[in-house]
Order: sequence, then structure tokens, then C-alpha cells
Amino acid sequence: MSTATSQRSFLAVLTGNPNCGKTTLFNALTGLRARVGNYAGVTVERKEGALLVSSRDQPVTILDLPGTYSLSPQSLDEQIARDILFQRLPEVAAPDLVLVVIDGSNLQRNLYYATQVIELGYPTFVALNMVDVARANGHEIDDRSLSAALGVPVFPMSASTGEGVKAFADAVKAHAARGTQRVIPREFSELPEDFGREAREIQGELSKLFPHRERLAAAEALLLLSDDQALQAHPDHYPAALQEKVRNARTRLEKSGTDWRSASIEGRYARAAAIEMAVITETGGPEETVSDRIDRVVTHQVWGPLIFVGILLALFVSIFWVAEIPKGWIEWLVGALAGWVSGAMPPGDLNDLLTNGVVAGVGSVVVFLPQICLLFLFISALEDSGYMARAAFLMDRVMSRVGLHGKSFIPMLSSFACAIPGIMATRTIETVQDRLVTILVAPLMSCSARLPVYTVLIAACIGGGAFVKGLTLTGMYLLGIVGALGMAWLFKKTLLKGEPPPLLLELPPYKRPLPSVILRHMWDRSSLFLRRAGTVILGINILLWFLATFPRDEGIGNRFEVERNQRIQAEHPGDTTPEAWAARRAALEGAEGEPGVLLEALRQLDREQAGEELRNSYAGRLGRLVEPVFRPLGFDWKMGIGIVASFAAREVFVSTMSVVYNVGAGDAGDEEGTSGLAERMKTERRADGTAVYTPVTGLTLMVFYVFAMQCVSTVAVVRRETNSWRWPLFQFAYMTALAWVLAFATRWIGIALGGG
Amino acid sequence: MDPRPLSSLTPGSKGVVASIQVPPAHRARMLEMGLLVGTPLEVIRFAPLGDPVEIRIRGYNLSLRRHEADLVLVREA
Ligand SMILES: Nc1nc2c(ncn2[C@@H]2O[C@H](COP(=O)(O)OP(=O)(O)OP(=O)(O)O)[C@@H](O)[C@H]2O)c(=O)[nH]1
Repeated sequence: MSTATSQRSFLAVLTGNPNCGKTTLFNALTGLRARVGNYAGVTVERKEGALLVSSRDQPVTILDLPGTYSLSPQSLDEQIARDILFQRLPEVAAPDLVLVVIDGSNLQRNLYYATQVIELGYPTFVALNMVDVARANGHEIDDRSLSAALGVPVFPMSASTGEGVKAFADAVKAHAARGTQRVIPREFSELPEDFGREAREIQGELSKLFPHRERLAAAEALLLLSDDQALQAHPDHYPAALQEKVRNARTRLEKSGTDWRSASIEGRYARAAAIEMAVITETGGPEETVSDRIDRVVTHQVWGPLIFVGILLALFVSIFWVAEIPKGWIEWLVGALAGWVSGAMPPGDLNDLLTNGVVAGVGSVVVFLPQICLLFLFISALEDSGYMARAAFLMDRVMSRVGLHGKSFIPMLSSFACAIPGIMATRTIETVQDRLVTILVAPLMSCSARLPVYTVLIAACIGGGAFVKGLTLTGMYLLGIVGALGMAWLFKKTLLKGEPPPLLLELPPYKRPLPSVILRHMWDRSSLFLRRAGTVILGINILLWFLATFPRDEGIGNRFEVERNQRIQAEHPGDTTPEAWAARRAALEGAEGEPGVLLEALRQLDREQAGEELRNSYAGRLGRLVEPVFRPLGFDWKMGIGIVASFAAREVFVSTMSVVYNVGAGDAGDEEGTSGLAERMKTERRADGTAVYTPVTGLTLMVFYVFAMQCVSTVAVVRRETNSWRWPLFQFAYMTALAWVLAFATRWIGIALGGG
Repeated sequence: MDPRPLSSLTPGSKGVVASIQVPPAHRARMLEMGLLVGTPLEVIRFAPLGDPVEIRIRGYNLSLRRHEADLVLVREA
């Protein structure tokens, strides 16, 4: 091994309980150069990066494992951590060094896991984190005696302030340079005698069976003996003879009155408590910590729910108000860019493609970046501060009513940002059924991609001030929540019955989140959205532009040209040549003040021409093809185009409508700050002269978007997470059907109440 | 005093776990979170909707549902 290390990078894995500050330490160790990816076959996030202080000729890679409470995994996340530590994941090399992070303010339970990991026999360093919190609580931890008790180096630190991190990083680097050292095997669990004997027996078998993992054998034997699932989860991993031996050992223990399930856990906690006693000096902390005092309000019978609703409301209102300001700037930029492109090139198809297809289309999505950043900012702050766990605590009753866990609440809340991280967050849910139900309903939560759609439709269809608009938006989000809960209840009652496992939710102390970490989080997530705008949406826009532009029928243009010229001549009989008509039009367009009757009429003809051309285009034909499906909902073929296109991704609706309505250069940014598209939609008329985008139409469209599964990426992620096409297809079908039915109901209720 | 279900204690009361009657399959994680026979605990509060209950064990706060709290018997101190 010592010869191999010089060729490949030295691998140090970072592991620890959830909330111990692992991510913060990882960021401090690796700076901004971390790579985020996935483990093969599952969407568990794989984060690795080079140790900042490591040198070129002795590179050190840090791999951040998912947070885990023990080596007997209860969820996919924990399973990945266990598999890497047990060298069962072929894509990850055997760790050269294990870095266990311990939350110093929660020593006993963190020691439980740390001692399990130390027993694995790797060279191990302990990062004793959050010493600042421990100190504030009146606990002084003697890191030297902790190191003596654990038999491994211990580094006290506060990852969030950076205190002690440098010394830790240097020690890791020095260790990598020194190469392999012998590790003295350690055992921490004080086992009953017969249990210890049986464990050693199995350890002997394991060493013979898996000689390359010999040093892990002792720890593995303990787990095999005491963890029900360790054998079941890997039926083909362990030969039948060994399985038989383990079962016989358990029977013998039961006969002699030893509880094989709890013996090693109790023994380990006894040791962890003893170590804690020995290393902590009480310096007299406050009667009640700040976190406890906050919790008295935040989880209060009355204030708790009020604060919860208040936070959600603040989120949505700020999305509508605060984000408007940078949104205006981006709109202006997009408009300026489109204008510049269109001016810098000769007129023609390419010019039109660039301004109307590329710039306006992508621009109309990028414009929503401030809102999406704000949403992710909120969610990251709620997660890192510890509030998310309280939200789960408050909401658990509601969730249990529909047969789910408080834990399902977190994936669902994340789905407000995007269903993909939400579905990925279901990895922490223990049972298969609950996880599936959560996956099936998560996309009903209104994700950030729906926000552009709601925003445009609200601006175009819903009158009233910011309050009414904010209320409508909140209503759409609430509708998604109610829909998700209702469907979850239905699925748990019918398709995926099953007892929920016990909820064991840790409520970690509140932390002041680090701005740098939150911003990093926000950026990681927002840039994913941007990349989508840059690739999928750009591709769809170019395709759409072609569909909307071809086939060309010169006849339409000529017919309208003749009509326009006749109008001009009727008012100005002196204009008789094409040059004169063009000059007249230019003069009218250039004039100050309100457009006159003639100019209005000319512009109306322009719009009719665009509409006629679109109708004749491939996109128009496609729209009319699907129109019968959507006619009962009151949607015309133009909306049909938008809906069909947004089955790729919802936010495409906005850019599609921009292409459909020809909102290109010049129209994009206007003074009021509402987007040019919404203004254009307001002026859209039916053949009988009534407005197309009435409040009822707007609401019907929005309800459709609340429920429909219009996102290729989500389908792909569900496919990967459930390992079959069955669930994503079922999900697509039920959501689309639900969307249609509820949109239909909305329309008829709206009409019955007197809407148009 | 006879052990009482954890779910019947009032916020602020303290005690020691006397027995855990949760079925074995669901018990493992409880044990690993440090909720063992003999563990001292304090009831902090019930959530506004009455469920779950928040307790303090081994220096940290954990919440569990009444459904399980019914099956954790506590000898009050
Ligand atoms: N006071 C203090 N806060 C810290 C320290 N280390 C981390 N934190 C804060 O603790 C919170 C949780 O830290 P994370 O790094 O996200 O924890 P984690 O272990 O990665 O948590 P999971 O992502 O759930 O596994 C954040 O708000 C950090 O800013 C520390 O040493 N002292």
C-alpha cells in the first residue's frame, strides 16, 4: 500500500453524525474547489475536494460522507457511508485516513458513532468540533485525555470560526506525507462475556473469508451479531455457512438470557458515558441555553404555528417584492442585449432567431433568477440554522395524519425550490413505502420553475395590488401542499400501505448560519437552474423558433403589407411609393407622445399578421392538433403550444409564450417593471374582442401547472431513485390526469361564480 | 413508584427509562440514539398539535411520537 499511495491521491474520508458541522469543516478544508457528484446508481450526493494545504506531489483528497448516526444504516444515505467505510463500494478506494467529526456539545451520542468508526482499524483523527458551543454551555473538554481515552489524535476546533482548522489540516497533510503506520486495534464496547466470545468466533470466520478486509473483521462481527438487518441486507454477500453460524450464536445468546440486539449498544454507551465523565469539566453554564429559550417561543403552542406560517408568508411576499428590483435590472439588460443584437446585424432570419429565439427566450427565464436565488437563500438558512427540524416537529402531526413522517416534510419543503433535491432528500426516509409516497407527491409542491409561470400569469390575468397578487401566489402554493398531502393519504391508504417506522427526530441546538456557507449552497442550487436555462431551455427555444417560423407563407406577409399601405394612403393621399410608406411609418414610430389612431391600426395589423403566420407554422399546427384536449379547459391553441413545450420543463412556458407572442427586442423591458410578455398577454383578444387572459383563464392555467408533471429532469431522477420506469410513468400519468380534472373544475367553478 | 408511559408524563418531569416495549425491529435505532433502559430523561414539551413529544437525553434533544412514547416506560424521579 505504501508504494501505491505515491501514485494515487491520498484519500481521507470525513464522517460523523448529522449536524456535527461536517459540511462546514469540509468547506474549510477544501475551499471552493470541491466537486459535487453522485454515487453510481443512486443520487446520494458525493462531495470531494483537494485539501487546500496539500502539495502537488502529495495530493490529499477529502471525501465527505453523508451524516450518519451509526454503522447499522437505516436509510440510503447511511448505507452509503457504511459501505464506503467497509470498502464495499467498488468506485471508492479504501480510505487511507478517517476523519471523524464529533460535536463537542453533544459528546455522548457522537462518541457512540466515533468509537464504532475507530474500531474499524483505520488510521483515524478526531475533529472535536463546536468547542465554542460546549464552552458556552459550561463544558470544558480536555482534548488530551479524550485522545488518551480514544487512542487516536484529537483536534479541538470550531469549524465555523476557523479556530483549530489550520492545525487539523496540517496534521492531515503531515500524516499523508508520513505514509502508513500500524494501528493498534481498539474495542470500546464493554460486552457481556458470552457475547464477546461469540463475536470473536465470528470475527475469526470473517478474517478467513475476507482476508483483504481483515482489520475490519472485529467491527463487522459485532454488527453482524447485533444488527438484524446486517445479514438480511446482504444475503449474497455472506456465505450460507456464516449466516447459519450467526443465527446459531444468536440463539445461544437468547438461551443464556443475553439480548443480542442491545448488548453491544449498551456496552458502548456505558463506555461513551464514562469517557464523557472523564473528559468534561463543568464550568457552570447558564440555567437555560439560548437555543432552549428560542425553542420555548418557536415551538410554543400558539407562537410556534404562527411563526411557521409567518416565515412561509415572508418568503412568498419577499419573492414578489424584493426580487422585483434586481428583476427589473435583468429585464433591462435582456432588452438592451436584444436591441443591440438586432441593430448590429442585417435584418433576416438569423437576426430574428437570435433576438426572438435565443435572447428573448433565455432572457425571459433568467429574469427569474433573483426570485430563485431568494428562495434557495431562505431554504439554506432554515436548514443550517436548525429551524427545518423544528418545522418537522411542528408538522409531524399533520404528516402522520396522512400516514407520513415528519421527516417527509423536509423533502417536501425542499421541493418548493426544486423537486430534484427534494426527491434526493427522501434518502433519509427509512421505509421503502414512505420514501416512494414522498417521491410520488413531492413534485406537487410548487417548485421554483413554476414561479415564472405563476408570476407571468398573475401579472397578466389578476388585477389588484401586490397584496392580491401575493395572496394568489400563496394560494397556488397552498393548493400544491393540500394536493400533495391528499395524494399521500390516498397512496398510503391504497397502493403503498404500511406501518410507519418510529419517528426519531433530533432537534439540534440553533446555530447562527455562516453567510459564506449559505451563499455557497444558494449558488450551487441556483447555478443548477441556470445551467438548465442555458442548455435545455436554449435548445427548446431554438427548436421552437423554427417551429414557429416555418413553413413560411410569403402570401400572408404580402397581404398584410398591402393592407397597411392602403391605410397609410387613405390618411396621406400623397404617399404613393413603397419608399414613402416606409418613411411615413418610420416617422410615426419616431414621433413623441401617445401613438395616434393610424399607428395603432398599423400595429394591430402587425399583430394580426404575426398571429396569422404563427397559426400557419408547424407550432401553430401542433397547437391546433392538441387544442381539442385543452378546449374544455378554455385554453386556445397558443396556450396549447406553451403547455406542450413545457412538458420538457415548466419554465419553458414563459419563453415559449415570448416566442409565440413575438415579445422580442424593444418590448422586453418597460417602465412598470412588469415583463413585456405579461403586457402583451393583457392585450390579447379573442375573435369577439374579449380578453383572452381573464382571471378565470389565469387561474385555470395555474391550477393545471400546480398539478401537472411537466419536468423531464424529475422523471429522470425518479427513474434513477426507484430503479424502474414503473413509478415515474405512473407519477406522470396520475399527475397529468389530476391536473386536467382540477383545471376543468376550476374553470367551471369560476364561470359559475360569474368569471369569464 | 410504578413506571409510567413516557407519553403520560407532563413537561418538566424527569425520570429513568424502566423498560422499552417497542417491537425489536423498531427498537434498534432507538437504542442507538441512546434511549436505553436506565437512561435518565427529561420531558421538554409536546408539539402544539399534541404529538410528537420532545425529550432530553444524554445532553441532546430528541423527539418521538406518542405511538412509541406509549411503549417507553419511565420511573419518575
Ligand atoms: N457555533 C458553531 N457552529 C458551527 C460549528 N461548526 C458548524 N457550525 C454550524 O452548525 C450548522 C450545521 O453545520 P453543517 O456543517 O451544515 O453540519 P453537517 O454536519 O454537515 O450537517 P448535515 O448536512 O445535516 O450532515 C451550521 O449552521 C454551521 O454554521 C462550530 O464549530 N461552532
